[in-house]
Amino acid sequence: MAELTYRDAVARGIAQEMSRDADVVFLGEDVAKAGGVFKATVGLLEQFGPLRVRDTPISEQAILGAAMGAAMTGLKPIAEIMFSDFIAVCFDYLANEFSKSRYMTNGQVKCPLVVRTGNGGGSRFGAQHSQSVENWCMMIPGLKVVAPSTPRDVIGLLAAAVRDPDPVIFFEHKSLYATKGEVEDGEIVDALGTAKIVRAGSDATILALALMVPRALAAAEKLKAEHGIDCEVIDVRSLVPLDTQTILRSVASTHRLFTVEENPRLCGWGAELVSIVADEAFYHLDGPPVRITTPHIPLPAADFLEDMAMPTVDRICGTVRRSLQA
Amino acid sequence: MDVLMPQLGETVTEGKVIKWFKSAGDAINSGDNLFEIETDKVSMEVPSIEAGVLTEIRVKEGEIAPVGGVVAVIGPPNGAAAPPVASSVPMPVPLAAKPTPAAPKVTAAAASAPRTPLKLGPFEEVRSPKRNFGPAKLPNGVTVTPLARRLAGEGGVALSRLKGSGPHGRIIGGDVEAALSSGAPRTMAPLPAAFADPVKSLYRGVPFEEIALDGMRQIVAARLLEAKQTIPHFYVSADADLERLLTLRDDTNAAAPKDTAGNPAFKLSINDLVIKAFAMALHRVPSANAVWASDRILQFRRVDIGIAVAVDGGLLTPVIRQAETKTVFEISFEMKDLAARARSRRLKPEEYQGGVASVSNLGMYGVSSFSAILNPPQSTILAVGAGQRRPAEIPGGGIRFTTQMTMTLSCDHRVVDGALGAELLTALKSIIENPVSMLI
Repeated sequence: MAELTYRDAVARGIAQEMSRDADVVFLGEDVAKAGGVFKATVGLLEQFGPLRVRDTPISEQAILGAAMGAAMTGLKPIAEIMFSDFIAVCFDYLANEFSKSRYMTNGQVKCPLVVRTGNGGGSRFGAQHSQSVENWCMMIPGLKVVAPSTPRDVIGLLAAAVRDPDPVIFFEHKSLYATKGEVEDGEIVDALGTAKIVRAGSDATILALALMVPRALAAAEKLKAEHGIDCEVIDVRSLVPLDTQTILRSVASTHRLFTVEENPRLCGWGAELVSIVADEAFYHLDGPPVRITTPHIPLPAADFLEDMAMPTVDRICGTVRRSLQA
Repeated sequence: MDVLMPQLGETVTEGKVIKWFKSAGDAINSGDNLFEIETDKVSMEVPSIEAGVLTEIRVKEGEIAPVGGVVAVIGPPNGAAAPPVASSVPMPVPLAAKPTPAAPKVTAAAASAPRTPLKLGPFEEVRSPKRNFGPAKLPNGVTVTPLARRLAGEGGVALSRLKGSGPHGRIIGGDVEAALSSGAPRTMAPLPAAFADPVKSLYRGVPFEEIALDGMRQIVAARLLEAKQTIPHFYVSADADLERLLTLRDDTNAAAPKDTAGNPAFKLSINDLVIKAFAMALHRVPSANAVWASDRILQFRRVDIGIAVAVDGGLLTPVIRQAETKTVFEISFEMKDLAARARSRRLKPEEYQGGVASVSNLGMYGVSSFSAILNPPQSTILAVGAGQRRPAEIPGGGIRFTTQMTMTLSCDHRVVDGALGAELLTALKSIIENPVSMLI
């Protein structure tokens, strides 16, 4: 057992898979020599050499195009898109090419690749480098979408993503890179499509993802201490596949649902989850499901405004309390 | 998964369980016979359409359940060892089953429980509830959460008798649980009548359009059903000669001052005069100017009369207060204002609540006579037909045609006995036939 940062967990997770399987390669902008702009891939070039750990030109299409070709011809590439906002630049590969190849070739051409990308706000990077875009990928048939919130989940879910036979988009949260967590020694392999109850509670279920998980947890502690409201917090972890069983079971026992999303409100992932719960667990609901989101705005760069826009512990507390009591 | 009492015929409303083939705890395969039922028309064995474990028998041998009522509950197959059943979807959540005391409450531990992967078709990614537990809004305007509706439906709790403890008086799950544990009055298991399915099944293959109930329709339905079912109505009718009343109306209207555009300052209607006459009659017969109040009668000095106003999608009954003290002109002006605001739905509740009696006039549609349902808590309602030319015997013999109308008084027999109802109607007839008294 060791304490590890989220950032170091990325490097350890990649190393774990590259050591295990010689077909796993890693490419992206500044990932090799510089160890990544977020210093999340330090040491990989030294450990695995320039053939398997490659710096690329500043061309997202080239990165994903190369990764797709490598995956189609037998390798298991991990590609990094530095900021998830840039997924828009190479969206054709995501939306039309590698997400569809298995289906359109009747299984003859598989695409077992992982796209790692720095996602989310809170780091004052402005509207084009701070977006939370996991919902962009969630809506595309053929993609799997993962977003870990802890160092341990980074390693375990990255391993699961690399070993998955289909393309997985792996959202690392930029504002979590410096956070720490306990990680056991040895190989860690988790499962896609599994949510985790990170705090048990009886009065309401709060669904959260990535950076919103620690905020939801802090809000739950505050709600308990100040208002006696006992919230169950679920780290959704994987949007596709989605662990509806854990979520529905929780709602069936707490009877109230809140989602905490960094996505701008329109078509954020919470909308889909609320829709599933409203449909399947309707007669377990003892009040309206409520979404707590970033408003539908470009994320401001100014620290004060960015903090106002994203869901905060106080906003989560206030919304849950009002909805349960008012 | 709830096992429901099946519909065994168009007119069958309940069935009796005469034999159980399975016991609680038994594993059930789809197609296994569960129980045998008997109705006044038929007896048959009921097979399961789900696989799983029979977790609860709600209706034992010899007991009766309404059609659509929950007879038993089938839970998902036991443990992880049970193979996933391809043909049926084991519920991930105990969607239907109420947690039995033995079942542990779902906690964090459940997350580590073995997962049974669900096999879902591409068009069945979401499993909607297979039953409906009634509307969110009760006829009395109180809202009920989905959880509370399900618990009430499964437990047979009459929601209309509960007081909501949730925000804005919402009835929440806890309120129903409290009622269940306190042994509050129950309806006969879930009310199948509340569900449209049994009715729709009678019209299978017949095209129809479903019209959702708005709040007004729900209230009208609930109040009138309650009135007709719980108030002992009786009816008395009489014809009134309108000749003098019409003359009075025509002369008065003809004498109305006109403004520069030629519009008269007022225009009295027969209805205005009938309201005034009915108010005077109730004033003259004070015993009938009263309402039933469960364990006593409330008798009034003043006469507040409601007037049924047809509005888009229903009706409202605004009340003219102290009508016995108001002139026909005052009543006429007030009636025009109330009717206009009723049609635009801008009446305040205090303007249509209370009252001791009502007038319902369908004369303008040409009906000869009809009988009306009382508007609770009022004790009488006057149903007014059209003025029609009818033959009448004149003093000294012979026949003359006069304008007459038939009035039918509906009475709450708890307050107004037959003789009293007759006395009231006779007083009314006398005032209408001698209308000058209205002006005094």
